[in-house]
Amino acid sequence: MSAETLSHDPSASSEPGMGLKDRVGDLPPIVWKLLSFALFFGLWELAGRIPISLAFPPFGDVVVALFGLISSGELIAAYGRTLPPLLIGLSITSVFGVGFGVAMGLSRTSEWALFPPMIILQTAPMAAIIPLITYAYGIGLTAKVIAVVILSLPMVTLNSYNGIRYTSDSLLEMTRSFMGTRRQQVVKIMLPHASGMIFAGLRLGISGGFIGIVLAELLITPTGIGDIISYYRSVARYAEMFAAIFSIIALATLVLTGLQVVERRIFKALGQGSLR
Amino acid sequence: MTSVTAIRMAEPVEVADIIVKAVDISKRYGDGTQALSDVTIEFRRGELTTLLGPSGCGKTTLLKIIAGLLPASGGEVRVDNRTVYGPGPERAFVFQDFALMPWASVLRNVAFGLELRGTPKAEREDIARRYIKSVGLAGAEHKFPSELSGGMRQRAGLARALTVNADVLLMDEPFSAIDEQMRRKLQEDLLELLREEQKSVIFVTHSIEEAVYLSDQVVLLTRNPGRVVKSIRPGFDRGAGPEAVRRDQRYLDAVDDIWSQLKQYLS
Ligand SMILES: Nc1ncnc2c1ncn2[C@@H]1O[C@H](COP(=O)(O)OP(=O)(O)O)[C@@H](O)[C@H]1O
Ligand SMILES: [Mg+2]
Repeated sequence: MSAETLSHDPSASSEPGMGLKDRVGDLPPIVWKLLSFALFFGLWELAGRIPISLAFPPFGDVVVALFGLISSGELIAAYGRTLPPLLIGLSITSVFGVGFGVAMGLSRTSEWALFPPMIILQTAPMAAIIPLITYAYGIGLTAKVIAVVILSLPMVTLNSYNGIRYTSDSLLEMTRSFMGTRRQQVVKIMLPHASGMIFAGLRLGISGGFIGIVLAELLITPTGIGDIISYYRSVARYAEMFAAIFSIIALATLVLTGLQVVERRIFKALGQGSLR
Repeated sequence: MTSVTAIRMAEPVEVADIIVKAVDISKRYGDGTQALSDVTIEFRRGELTTLLGPSGCGKTTLLKIIAGLLPASGGEVRVDNRTVYGPGPERAFVFQDFALMPWASVLRNVAFGLELRGTPKAEREDIARRYIKSVGLAGAEHKFPSELSGGMRQRAGLARALTVNADVLLMDEPFSAIDEQMRRKLQEDLLELLREEQKSVIFVTHSIEEAVYLSDQVVLLTRNPGRVVKSIRPGFDRGAGPEAVRRDQRYLDAVDDIWSQLKQYLS
């Protein structure tokens, strides 16, 4: 899969005699993204106005509510509670997820030791585990960090593992034939080869971490953004509730976009072909 | 078959002229496959020797054993009369599937052998540029493998093997993944390149024409288990140019002779 996903064939988009579809395809990607957002929010606005449900406000109301939450300081205070466990959890995941995954790809022993727990973590239903976490770690920061880690670590680990494990044998043999050391094999071949998969894992892991923190805040004790969501639901102020949900989705999107920028820089540094 | 005399059997040569010698090599894979059985071949310095035989006869296995990439089950490989136990600086491999890093430019790929040896960046890129030019890839330094045709990729693979300044080039069906017209061009360019670079080449192919066209010596192998059937020295004059060579009676006779040899072993 490496060559196809990591490199982009530049000849594909520059064919002469292209149809309308191809020309539209030449728009900068940012235009596409904005168009798709506009369409989505437009539909939301429409659906809210019909209305399809009393609990489903139009997009405009949600934006107003969002500004209200920001100016009252409520939202910022909430993120002050939500972000620390999320950031701690995601940092743990980035370091240990990639570390475990690479170790599993390189050594039989760590593969043997780590593979089963990762699969168990990945398949375990979160809602069933959270009571267990609160039982063991209470309702504080630790419990929330653990929730984030549980929902993000396995994906990062397993992706990194697969990226390392499925390194092309012929590239490894090539390195050997030019008398490369094991260390050079790992650093110059395996890690670059796996980097696409590692980043894919990090993207999944970050999404998982966001799910983890919101679930923890809803299920353990209502704090932070989870508190805003459950409070406004209970008083039936749905615009505020949606504004809170919207804000966390927007934040997740921003973080993922930031990661993509980092990823592109790294690929470039590797001497990688341009990924659009 | 009137000019059979032109096809001489390999004669004993002085030890100094032998750059690589495979002695009684056998290889049994873990699953019990006997890939090679008592293979002994002498490769002369400055010559191009092909290993020719049907697929599955152990050509790749033998080449990788000579490269030190694969341990033999029996026998030994001698380079310059010294037994070798792994890859070495005097041998460089050209891979059938090119083995280029898709994330690296042609320049970095070609310089990679030197990069692994710790040659400073400026120096290795200088050398790489020189060989990129001599294999006919000038201008493609900053392209990526995905932007190159098969022929160009193998030129890069060849350039990488040349940069490390090894005496022996080991080429495993280097042109078999490349279309016919381009393959002929690559064959001609390889011969031309070898006139300038003093290399000994061990070249694996399953094409009789390719073997005869390129080789000073053709070693016929057959399978189950892989062993040497015969060694042939076509011995025609290449000075006349590629078209003339392909019409040369000795070239045609060598092709016929090899075909009649191999035919017996195909069931
Ligand atoms: N890694 C391996 N494990 C087991 N058998 C192998 C392996 N590699 C090659 N073989 C077998 O060894 C024989 C020779 O293979 P190979 O050297 O690839 O032949 P060739 O290059 O002439 O086609 C074949 O029968 C092949 O199936
Ligand atoms: Mg082969």
